[in-house]
Amino acid sequence: MGLSSIAYDLGSGLNGPMSISHLSSPRQQLAFSAKSCSRACITVRAADGNSGSMRAPPSTVRASKLVTNAVAVKSETASIAATKSGHELLLFEALREGLEEEMERDPRVCVLGEDVGHYGGSYKVTKGLAEKFGDLRVLDTPIAENSFTGMAVGAAMTGLRPIVEGMNMGFLLLAYNQISNNCGMLHYTSGGQFTIPVVIRGPGGVGRQLGAEHSQRLESYFQSVPGLQMVACSTPYNAKGLMKAAIRSENPVILCEHVLLYNLKERIPDEEYVCCLERAELVRPGKDVTILTYSRMRHHVLQAAKSLINKGYDPEIIDIISLKPFDLHTIGNSIKKTHKVLIVEECMRTGGIGASLRASIMDNFWDYLDAPIMCLSSQDVPTPYAGTLEEATVVQPPQIVKAIKQLCG
Amino acid sequence: MAPSISTFRRAICTRVNASRFLASPSPFRNFSSSTEDSTPFTVDIAVPFKGHKIEPPPQVVETSAKELMTFFKDMSRMRRMEIASDQLYKSKLIRGFCHLYDGQEAVCIGMEAALTREDNIITAYRDHCTYLGRGGTLPEVFSELMGRKDGCTLGKGGSMHFYKKENGFYGGHGIVGAQIPLGVGLAFAQKYEKMKAATFLLYGDGAANQGQLFEALNMAALWDLPAVYVCENNHYGMGTAEWRAAKCPEYYKRGDYVPGLKVDGMDALAVKQAVRFAKEHALSKGPIMLEMDTYRYHGHSMSDPGSTYRTRDEISGVRQERDPIERIRKLILFKEIATVSDLKNIEKEVKKEVEDAVAKAKESSPPDASELFSNVYVKGYGSQVFGCDRKHSTATLS
Repeated sequence: MGLSSIAYDLGSGLNGPMSISHLSSPRQQLAFSAKSCSRACITVRAADGNSGSMRAPPSTVRASKLVTNAVAVKSETASIAATKSGHELLLFEALREGLEEEMERDPRVCVLGEDVGHYGGSYKVTKGLAEKFGDLRVLDTPIAENSFTGMAVGAAMTGLRPIVEGMNMGFLLLAYNQISNNCGMLHYTSGGQFTIPVVIRGPGGVGRQLGAEHSQRLESYFQSVPGLQMVACSTPYNAKGLMKAAIRSENPVILCEHVLLYNLKERIPDEEYVCCLERAELVRPGKDVTILTYSRMRHHVLQAAKSLINKGYDPEIIDIISLKPFDLHTIGNSIKKTHKVLIVEECMRTGGIGASLRASIMDNFWDYLDAPIMCLSSQDVPTPYAGTLEEATVVQPPQIVKAIKQLCG
Repeated sequence: MAPSISTFRRAICTRVNASRFLASPSPFRNFSSSTEDSTPFTVDIAVPFKGHKIEPPPQVVETSAKELMTFFKDMSRMRRMEIASDQLYKSKLIRGFCHLYDGQEAVCIGMEAALTREDNIITAYRDHCTYLGRGGTLPEVFSELMGRKDGCTLGKGGSMHFYKKENGFYGGHGIVGAQIPLGVGLAFAQKYEKMKAATFLLYGDGAANQGQLFEALNMAALWDLPAVYVCENNHYGMGTAEWRAAKCPEYYKRGDYVPGLKVDGMDALAVKQAVRFAKEHALSKGPIMLEMDTYRYHGHSMSDPGSTYRTRDEISGVRQERDPIERIRKLILFKEIATVSDLKNIEKEVKKEVEDAVAKAKESSPPDASELFSNVYVKGYGSQVFGCDRKHSTATLS
């Protein structure tokens, strides 16, 4: 046939490893491989001369319509062929992809933080970017959170679009003054003269026995700073989309990631897409009860949902995504349908996201509620080191099941 | 001409060559034309510069009659403005915090003489005069101080939040020391965009003990950012004298590995010389620290009488011996660029300007109620987004 070998890897492709030997010509074989998976690694050694285009350029495989996939809700408008494409990756890789695409698109986008450059990022989110974009665009800073966050805000005042990486969200407490007073408020106090298009991102939340100081949930501290926007990503799909949206936003955005979600694997579209910073995600439609959650707790809720569905309940699960401002439109529509709400969050009981969300719902949807809003949060304690104790500080799936039983009867 | 020249004048113009000597203004020249004269001549700087890990610039600076007259008028305007603000505060038209700059005018005037609008200036809360120096107008200042909508930040910022982005004035910050990392960020952006301009970060002797200053200085030095640290040392951090707050009150040496220069901050020409020198250094070699030895006549703010921690004799002593406007006045009179009555007229003019501006600002109305909610976020994100709830929809965020 002329082609000596084709090696390709479609990962755990939807139909299992593919065989293309039934296709007649080498060109057909090649075209098929390229269309199926643009991330397939294809090495072709052609013996004959008529194989002109060895590799179809990626742009030709991008569909012109936005393709939605990789979530529980299957839309009937999505075509079968479209759901086969896409590439699988881990959450931290999705963040990197989003970051890299935005840095290519706009030369003003730069990253700064500790060990983001040569080291590649402590969670590998910026791996390879310093080699590609240079040291000034992927800047290794000394350990001075207050100052380099301030520096990013100052650079943003002139028009650059920096992304500040906190190695752990908890370290950004040192930069609280800069985030609250300068980042959040300068647009207002300057009468609109300055925009601060900064993205502040980093992993937070309770990990695996990291200790109290490295298991903080800063979303509760930042939520009342005026002028800031806050989102929390929970899957590779929304991680990439929210990263891109946050970078493109003219407002300062805090992107809350979670230490334990970086290795989550998912298939995401090849086409470029941007998520909406203010829209909540309907993970599973239902009619019995509305479960509002975000970040890691989404996955605990989904785990609990499996046993709830077996027991006959029909929960509607919404990942709120936008922590500031809340997407009351999506949440409200759900409450109007189900009349019962359970909030599952990782923040502490006092002053957390759940507390504010509860107040918001009561203010706006009181008449639609058939039962008091239940809120499951972490305990108001510093996170202990011992594994058993640490498990007890955060909400676990059995507690969620129990709460739903209590709420729905 | 030659017989009337005194030895004193000869001493002042030591570097002037013979032809310039002959061209010096005589008592019989027409004064109005000499005030516009841009012919440069040199002036000795009285107080010597002190360098830290750097050779100080020469003790002579070039200036002109026109420049001196501009200095005089601008500084008088600033002085008048601050006195008027004092009166407005006492009549409760200005509320909250009001930090006055009178006594320190030479620093911002000297800086403006050596810089362009491409360079950035960022300062703390004692920013009224710095704003004026960067192209702000008196009505904008007074409107903002009184919380009216014609203020430079629409009445929503107040005394501590004056900004003028198009002229490179980045404020205007209330938290002590927080403007320093911002300033390093401005310098970073200048380096990123490959601009041939520098950023001047102003802070006080009180802020000189902030950790973030040193953190940011380390970064600026590490990456050779065009940042110039300017410590406006008025010797008191609110009510605490410098020797009670700092183990090492020689602020120009605090940069350690970063060179420093101590400047007489009450001498506008010395400031001009030092700032020009510093800008050159910043653009070629990296950060440098300037310490401006200056003094404020008012207390820290309007709520501070300013006399509990220093004696009235000290204040009046400085006013008599080192006042920046008096110094320029003496130089102008000595060089016979203008007469005493000319200068008095200028002061009257400036007083009227300020009074008119105050009257105009008083007529301005407070901001509209809807302004409470404007500029919290930026409207018009300018990007297409796709719903992340899996609907195939596009929208332009507004």
